[in-house]
Amino acid sequence: MDKRQFLEEKAKEIRKLTINSIATLGVGHVGGSLSIVDILTVLYYDQMHIDPKNPKMPNRDRFVLSKGHGGPAVYATLASKGYFPIELLDTLNQPNTDLPSHTDKNKTIGVDMTTGSLGQGFSAAVGMATAAQLDKAPYKVYAIIGDGESQEGQIWEASMFAGNRKLDHLIAFTDYNKMQIDGDVNQINEVSPLDKKWEAFNWHVQVIDGHDVIAIIDAIQKAKETKGKPSMIICNTIKGKGADFCEGTVGSHNLPVTKEMAEKAIERLGK
Amino acid sequence: MELRNRQLRDIYVDLLIQYAEKYENLVIVEADLMKALKSMPFFEKYPNRAINVGVAEANMIGVASGLANMGKIPFTHTFTPFATRRVFDQVTLSVAYAQLNVKMVGSDPGIMAQLNGGTHMSLEDVGLMRNLPTMTIFEPVDGVQLAAIFPQIIEHNGPVYIRLLRQEFDAIFDDNQTFELGKATPIIEGTDVSIFASGIMVKEALDAQKMLEKEGISASVINIHTIKPIDKEAIIKEAKKTHAVVTAENHNIINGLGSAVAEVLVENYPTVMERVGVMDHFGEVGKKDFLMEKFGLKAKNIVEACKRVLERKKI
Repeated sequence: MDKRQFLEEKAKEIRKLTINSIATLGVGHVGGSLSIVDILTVLYYDQMHIDPKNPKMPNRDRFVLSKGHGGPAVYATLASKGYFPIELLDTLNQPNTDLPSHTDKNKTIGVDMTTGSLGQGFSAAVGMATAAQLDKAPYKVYAIIGDGESQEGQIWEASMFAGNRKLDHLIAFTDYNKMQIDGDVNQINEVSPLDKKWEAFNWHVQVIDGHDVIAIIDAIQKAKETKGKPSMIICNTIKGKGADFCEGTVGSHNLPVTKEMAEKAIERLGK
Repeated sequence: MELRNRQLRDIYVDLLIQYAEKYENLVIVEADLMKALKSMPFFEKYPNRAINVGVAEANMIGVASGLANMGKIPFTHTFTPFATRRVFDQVTLSVAYAQLNVKMVGSDPGIMAQLNGGTHMSLEDVGLMRNLPTMTIFEPVDGVQLAAIFPQIIEHNGPVYIRLLRQEFDAIFDDNQTFELGKATPIIEGTDVSIFASGIMVKEALDAQKMLEKEGISASVINIHTIKPIDKEAIIKEAKKTHAVVTAENHNIINGLGSAVAEVLVENYPTVMERVGVMDHFGEVGKKDFLMEKFGLKAKNIVEACKRVLERKKI
C-alpha cells in the first residue's frame, strides 16, 4: 500500500469514527470537524514526532486545535492512534465525559492545549513556540485555525508577534472551508486574500488542497525547511467533507445527526 | 535589598531579577509598558527571558499561557484595567480554566492611576478576578511585604493576580515581619471595632485607629493582602471579639474586599459592618490626595464608618 492509499484509508476511518461519535449523542459540530480530518491524519500518522504510549514525552511535537469546536475529529484521531480506547468516543459530550465539545488538555489524553474561545488557542500556540525558541528545543508546534476564527483580532495580534519573532517552530494551518455559523464567510465579513495577509505579517505561506494528503505532506516538509519564519498552510477545504447529509453546506456547522444518518453516510464513505 | 524609600516597581523588578537566577523558568511578558514598570534591567540581564508583545494585551495573556504550558513561569504586566477587564476571557479560559501557572501583574490599582484618569482606573479588577475559580489575588502594602510574599507566589502552582502599586508607598512593616500568602496580617489589636484594610488603605486605617484612640475607641487594624483565598478564620475571630467590622479598600465597594469580608461574616458570624471604598462610581483624573478626598477614602471616612458601625452595634 503506498503512502497516499494508507493515509486516505486512515482519514476515511477517522471520518467514520467522528460521525459515529457525534451520532451517539445525536448532535454536534460535524462540518468543522470533518473539514480538518485530512490535516489531522497527515500530522498524526506521518509528520508529528509523538508516542501514543508516552503522551507526555517532553520533546514531542505539540498540536493545538485553536478552532476548538473541531474536537470530535481530534478525539477520533487520538483514539485511532491508540491514545485511548475507541469505545471512549461514545462518551462525547455525555455527562462526566473526558471528551468535551471543545478540546481540553486537562480532560483528554493527547490534547496539548485547552481551546474553545476563538483566537485564544492560536495565541497560546505562539507562546508554546516561543518557549521552544527560547529553549532551542527540537519540537514543532502545530496549530489549526478556522477561517471564521480569522475574524478574531487576537489571531492577528499573535500573527504579527510570531512573524516579527521569526518563530520557525510554529507551523499553522487555516481550515479554509469558506463557511461560518451565519453563512458564507465572504457574505459575513470576508477574510480573503488570506495568503497576502499572512505574507504581509512575515509568514511563509502556502495554499493547498486541504483534502490532498500528499499535498499536505509536501507543504509541511517545505514549512519544516523554512528558517526564520513561521509557516501558514492555507488549506482549501469543504465543510462537512465526507458526510453526505451536510457536506458543503453552512448548516453542517452544528446539526442533529441520527444513527440512521450516520450509518448511511458511513456506508457511502466506504464505497 | 533596600525595601524602603524606593518605588514599589523598583523593588518588584529587583525581585524578578533576583529570583530569575534561582528559577530558570521564570520569564516576563510585557505589552509596551516596560518603561512604566521600569523592567528594563530585567530585559538587559535576561534578554532571552523577557518578551515584549507590543500593545496587544490579549496576545500577551495567550503567549503567557503557551509559555506556562511548556513549563515556564511567566509574569505578565500591564495597567490593572488592561490586566483584567480587557483580557478577562483570555485570563478566564487560557489561564484559569486551562490550569496554567501564569502570574499577572496589574499596576496602578484603583485611584492610583491618578493622572491617567477614569479610563485607566480599575475599580472592578478585584471583583472580576475574584469570580475566577483557582485565582489568587494579592495586593502588597509595602516593599517588605512584597519581598516576603514574592517567593511564595513563585512557588504557588496556579494563577496569581498581583495588584501592584508602582510608585511611592507608605512603609508599614518592620524588615523582620513574616507574611503568608492567604493569611491575614494583624497590625494593631483592639477591642471595640475591627478594621480590615488592603493596599494603600492600610495607612489610612492606621491613621483612623489613632484618631479613634483619642476618642476612647479601641480599633483593631488587620491587613488583608490576599483577597482571594480570603482568610476566613482571621475575619471570624475578629468579629467574635469586637462584634463590629469596617472594611477599607481602593476599589468599588461592590465585589472587592468589603464584599469578600461580608460573605464570610454573613455565612459564619453575622456582624454589623460598614464598607469604605469607592461608592459605585467610575474614576476620574486627578492626583492621589484629590481622589482620596473625592471618593471618601481618607482616614476620616474610616473613622466615620467605625462610629456608624458602633452605633449599630448598640441596637
